[in-house]
Amino acid sequence: MALPLLTAKSIDKAFSGVAALTSAELQIEGGEVHGLIGQNGAGKSTLIKIITGVYRRDAGTVEFDGGEASFINPREAQSAGIATIYQELNLVPLRSVTENIVMGNEPRKWGGLIDWKTANSQTKKVLSDFGLDLDVERPLGEYSTAIQQLVAIARAVSLNAKLVIMDEPTSSLDDKEVAVLFGVIRQLKQTGVSVLYVSHFLDELFEVCDRVTVMRDGQTIGCHQIAETDKFELIAEMLGRNIEDIKSAGMTDFGGGEAKRGEVLLQADNIGTDNRLRAFSATVHRGEIVGLGGLLGSGRTEAALALFGVDQLTQGRMVFKGEGFEPDDPVTAIRSGLGLLSEDRKAEGIIPDMSVRENLTLALLPRLTRAGQIQRGREREIVENFVKALGIKTADIDQPIRELSGGNQQKVLLARWLATEPDLLILDEPTRGVDVGAKLEIQSIIREYVDRGCGVILISSEFEELVEGADRIVVLQDGYSVSELENPGISEDILIAAIAHHHDEVSGANA
Amino acid sequence: MTQESPVLENSGSSPAKLGSFKFDLRKHGGLLALVILLVFNALVTPNFLQPQTLFVNISQVATIAIVAIGMTMVIATGGIDLSVGAVMALAGALAPLIFLSPFGVEYPILGLIAAFTLPLFAAAFCGLFNGVLVSVLNVQPIIATLILFISGRGIAQVLTNGNLQTFSNDAFSYLGTGKILGLPFQGWLTLLLALIAFWFVRRTLFGRYLLAIGGNKRAALLSGVPVRPVTILAYVICSVLAGVAGMIVVAINSASDAARNGNLMELDAIAAAVVGGALLQGGKAPIFGAILGAIIIQLVKYTLLANGVEDEVALIAKAAIIVLAVWLQQARKE
Ligand SMILES: Nc1ncnc2c1ncn2[C@@H]1O[C@H](COP(=O)(O)OP(=O)(O)OP(=O)(O)O)[C@@H](O)[C@H]1O
Ligand SMILES: [Mg+2]
Repeated sequence: MALPLLTAKSIDKAFSGVAALTSAELQIEGGEVHGLIGQNGAGKSTLIKIITGVYRRDAGTVEFDGGEASFINPREAQSAGIATIYQELNLVPLRSVTENIVMGNEPRKWGGLIDWKTANSQTKKVLSDFGLDLDVERPLGEYSTAIQQLVAIARAVSLNAKLVIMDEPTSSLDDKEVAVLFGVIRQLKQTGVSVLYVSHFLDELFEVCDRVTVMRDGQTIGCHQIAETDKFELIAEMLGRNIEDIKSAGMTDFGGGEAKRGEVLLQADNIGTDNRLRAFSATVHRGEIVGLGGLLGSGRTEAALALFGVDQLTQGRMVFKGEGFEPDDPVTAIRSGLGLLSEDRKAEGIIPDMSVRENLTLALLPRLTRAGQIQRGREREIVENFVKALGIKTADIDQPIRELSGGNQQKVLLARWLATEPDLLILDEPTRGVDVGAKLEIQSIIREYVDRGCGVILISSEFEELVEGADRIVVLQDGYSVSELENPGISEDILIAAIAHHHDEVSGANA
Repeated sequence: MTQESPVLENSGSSPAKLGSFKFDLRKHGGLLALVILLVFNALVTPNFLQPQTLFVNISQVATIAIVAIGMTMVIATGGIDLSVGAVMALAGALAPLIFLSPFGVEYPILGLIAAFTLPLFAAAFCGLFNGVLVSVLNVQPIIATLILFISGRGIAQVLTNGNLQTFSNDAFSYLGTGKILGLPFQGWLTLLLALIAFWFVRRTLFGRYLLAIGGNKRAALLSGVPVRPVTILAYVICSVLAGVAGMIVVAINSASDAARNGNLMELDAIAAAVVGGALLQGGKAPIFGAILGAIIIQLVKYTLLANGVEDEVALIAKAAIIVLAVWLQQARKE
């Protein structure tokens, strides 16, 4: 048998004395799609960063492509043939799509100037493999998180690497985009390129992976041929729990959806903004979860921004808790009893250098102050309660949030909003990047929260989460709310049909 | 996918350990610089270890330190304030105008009170102007504060007809020449202001918001941080502190010179803040770091002056310190 493409052996890594990896192992064959799974904070991203030279290992060896590999920075790893999409995307939002794609190996004209014409057409070609047709000269930041994620993937794929590493590439993609990605992965595999694929969606692994490595608490627990294992075995191994317990629990935990629908909490009538929201109408009652369904760019996030006072209304009106409602900014929205967990954790969520404590209480802070001074005892108490309740894995509550694993950062941000106890909580991709165990916990927390008489608007690119979590789903299309589905009775197929059906109708009308 | 420069992260084991005390050049570089400066001066500069030297340095460092406190808060929001020197000149020119005016002469007490407060209001107004430009009209901080940098000193010179204004007013001069427990009054004032600023940054809602804005403005906004008012307040505080410093300079000299008061102070203050550990992209407000930075800047100036080095060379030295501090900062960021 040929030599493996990558072998990492006995890798140790500690951060300020706290072990993140203890004797972790990973082996990837040439032309193989290899899955890497584990709970939040298990050490997946850390292992990847050690392989690609972002971090230095404390002990262990890495061999790549037949030689010892000690990259001292990601650029070196890249030129050796490892292209990486990190979990927290490292794109430059203010630069154009083209600049982001060709950065580092721009096509040159005679005299060394960058040949933008070629660069733009190259970029268009790379993106077309992903079914994307963007204005490549526009700043990347103008596009949604999902598109940015696809651009990051497209860039990595375009680098002609021997190994492409993807750390949770599908966290903000919907089913259709995931299918496109899988097509690309299979293509890579055919040309002999290996892929390391990190994901919390186990179903995905069974679709594309050949083998899968399981990590728990910084250690490698096992490596399986995907064909010889099943989902329950993987989950049990990941969580370190008994396989029978796992089987008896369901896969989403929003509960029965026997919502006692209360009075009307929020009513939006044909609201629109300058930010791609044309005419959105929806009603949220107390005690229910209303899902927003739709494709990329259909206006789900934009609807949330309008409700929360980030984008100003240009038309329509809102009634919240029985009164006319038009917040000028998030400050007023929060004061009236709204909360918004935003979609993009890095750009719109965390304050990286601030501690877990400071991040968690940021929205609650005005209520934690007396005469302008922060009540630190109460603050600590609240934070410690949430850290315990949500199982946030942190060395201590004063650790900078950037040092937490992605899923744990997400939990802190969710806690930021739960702490303010809003009447209406808008959740844009609330379980993005959290592991299967924590996802169930978060979903049951959301359900509990709603049962107390609050309302939730749920945006999720995972159709399963929407279908099982929402009591009703409002379907959006091109900034319009076009139809409404009601549970029980919604299935993924029905949802997909509703989204697609209206899509045809709207584009038909435009034609 | 900017694969940024080598990311040599900060695991606990990297800094050399001296016994149980971890020494990290990036973190404690300022203290090290201070020690080197002190030792060098003790050995080389004549009469360095005299009480007189201490007094001179305290009275001069006070103005840099006070301005640097405010600058640190503005830098914490991710901004910068180039107008501090001009605001010093303006506040410094106003104070004697007020107590020398017919009103001030007729009612000395009221005149004195007005001479202490009105310049600060004028300074606050300058801060408001800067803050509104930056946070409401979204003008780049460098450009926004450049306006007053240029026009503020001009206004001060117009107010004083471009003349040197001398006066003798013991009560007002106390600000620059008074002593408490044998040490200059402005040294104590600096300490008091630093303590208040420290408390403000560390313990209050405003302080937390300040750092949140500098750390991630969009996230702060979406979490209900009143970004505009907090940013404006930071500029107002900075200007008011510059006003205080401007009056101290005038009090020391018993004369106001609108052309020279606070000249190049923006450089000293920015240098002090950066040497003290403020990050230019925002999110950090090390108040006592800024004080340390001010002391270092002052000592460098003093060292060069006392050893007969020319002013122009001193400027280059200052520039070198800023470059060094920023370079260390970049390294620290990784
Ligand atoms: N720069 C850092 N400083 C300190 N601790 C860190 C740092 N980076 C990671 N850690 C810690 O190392 C552990 C492993 O983190 P890692 O990001 O590798 O987890 P992960 O498996 O990728 O989790 P997720 O699924 O949530 O992304 C976590 O406990 C995390 O807090
Ligand atoms: Mg991770």
